[in-house]
Amino acid sequence: MTTRRRVPRSATLIAGCVLAGLVLAVAVLSFFWLPYAPDDTSGDRLMPPGLPHLLGTDKLGRDLLTQLMIGARVALEAGAGSVLIGGLVGLAGGLAAGFATRWLDDTISALLDILIAFPTVLLAMLVTAAREASLGSAVIAIGLAMSAIVARLTRVLVKRVLAQDFITASRTSGTSWPRIILEHVLPNIWPTLSVNLALQFGLAVLAEASLSYLGLGAPPPNASWGRMLQEAQASVFIAPAGVIAPGVLLVVLVVGVNLIADGVRDVADPTRRRTR
Amino acid sequence: MTGDRATLLAVAGLHVRSPEGRDLVSDVSFTLDAGERLGLIGESGSGKSMTALAITGLTPPGMAVSGSVVFDAPGLGRTEVVGAGERRLTSLRGRATSTVFQEPLTALDPLMRVGRQVAEPLRRRRGLRGRALDAAVTAALEEVRLPDPERIARAYPHEISGGQRQRVAIAMALACDPALLIADEPTTALDVTVQADVLALLDGLVRERGMALLFISHDLAVVSRIAERVIVLKNGAAVESGSVDDVVNAPRHPYTRQLVGSARRLDSALDDVLDDWRAP
Ligand SMILES: Nc1ncnc2c1ncn2[C@@H]1O[C@H](COP(=O)(O)OP(=O)(O)O)[C@@H](O)[C@H]1O
Ligand SMILES: [Mg+2]
Repeated sequence: MTTRRRVPRSATLIAGCVLAGLVLAVAVLSFFWLPYAPDDTSGDRLMPPGLPHLLGTDKLGRDLLTQLMIGARVALEAGAGSVLIGGLVGLAGGLAAGFATRWLDDTISALLDILIAFPTVLLAMLVTAAREASLGSAVIAIGLAMSAIVARLTRVLVKRVLAQDFITASRTSGTSWPRIILEHVLPNIWPTLSVNLALQFGLAVLAEASLSYLGLGAPPPNASWGRMLQEAQASVFIAPAGVIAPGVLLVVLVVGVNLIADGVRDVADPTRRRTR
Repeated sequence: MTGDRATLLAVAGLHVRSPEGRDLVSDVSFTLDAGERLGLIGESGSGKSMTALAITGLTPPGMAVSGSVVFDAPGLGRTEVVGAGERRLTSLRGRATSTVFQEPLTALDPLMRVGRQVAEPLRRRRGLRGRALDAAVTAALEEVRLPDPERIARAYPHEISGGQRQRVAIAMALACDPALLIADEPTTALDVTVQADVLALLDGLVRERGMALLFISHDLAVVSRIAERVIVLKNGAAVESGSVDDVVNAPRHPYTRQLVGSARRLDSALDDVLDDWRAP
């Protein structure tokens, strides 16, 4: 069947894509071109925005725009990595719990409750202690914390779908479980799950910024917006650009991602698409 | 039963007990020959659906099923359903039996286009792909008298009417080409006028293909139109069984008499309404 896909027009989705796309464009650009080398401290300290440092410099004389661009890369990597880990681990755990018999389901649920109650910062400190302070450690900690939330949501969604008639109907015609999961369960939990994952992406970006602020993120010269905020904090009244720039981009990215989450809801679920 | 037809399904001493220890189906026994049409009748909650689910090995988790349900479908060999593994059951389902459910809106996946849902059993059972599969889907939808099958194939379930949905569900069940079609109150959720159409359609298709039919309903009038034999269920136990004529004309059990009586009253009430309506 050749079907012409109706192009979903969602204002929130477009606005979200524009905002998040801006940050993505900056991040992609950072791989090919940076105004200065990341560890170049040749500039004067705490210069105001102007030339040759468009956004000024930090207290070590590094170019702020350079750091901001690398920060965009770090933020997106943190979000994507965390969602990848949290999504896959959470989906697997949630599916297992959703299909499990009583006692296994109870065991997984109890584990999830403990994991969810566990502070992410503490988890990050443990992971950092076991490995090193790096973006990878932060992403593992955020991803694990996220996986518990994703698993709990997935479990509920799976149970709800499995209780539906069309699953029984599909089984009476001899469809195998793997096929039912792929064709019916995953598509039916996806509209809700994808919205949640998009929201989790935004939360992961904020979480990484917080961990970097606390020194639990990527070490220099890989600037994270969180660490930029921390380093610029003391001189906020002399050089406000150091706080404003990463702060604004952080908000742009998170708001953009949340708008995408909203838009995805309409696109992923055909029963919610407005027929025109 | 009739001798020259082979026995397709033999249910003996079927028992379903709920996790709380309630007997939902007690000691139900019957046989069904290839091509035979059997009605299962009883008031709501009498265990009709649970019996059908036990036959396909799909009772909800926690239910204790005992007794015996043996399929002897051509080309599949004898299979005992009670206690069989999921693998064995999956290969049996669809080929030995498939089911049409009461509520067509919930029996179709809301997020999958109708055509793909009908295509699924065709792909699996007949190994069709691509163009041939599309053509088979259109043919399957045409067979259940759906207008404009190409458009309906592209629609989502919420975009078509209740009667059309039930026709799609019937097309899906028939696409498996089962030896036995189970229809669990397939017309109950539909408007009266649509009910008659769907019933006639089901009747015709099952006859054409020589399928056996297990028709479940709380409505004796409906069952007597489509089935040759009936079994009357009450509180999970079979209280009476026999040919439709015998049961309708000479009900032995008081419960059956009550069902026959209410069916007659409904019939005459309908007649009265129609007479009033026809009178000038
Ligand atoms: N999942 C379930 N768990 C426990 N009891 C159930 C379940 N499903 C149905 N029952 C009970 O089994 C009995 C028979 O139900 P059912 O077979 O659906 O009746 P019918 O189809 O004849 O209306 C009812 O008393 C119902 O409450
Ligand atoms: Mg029922």
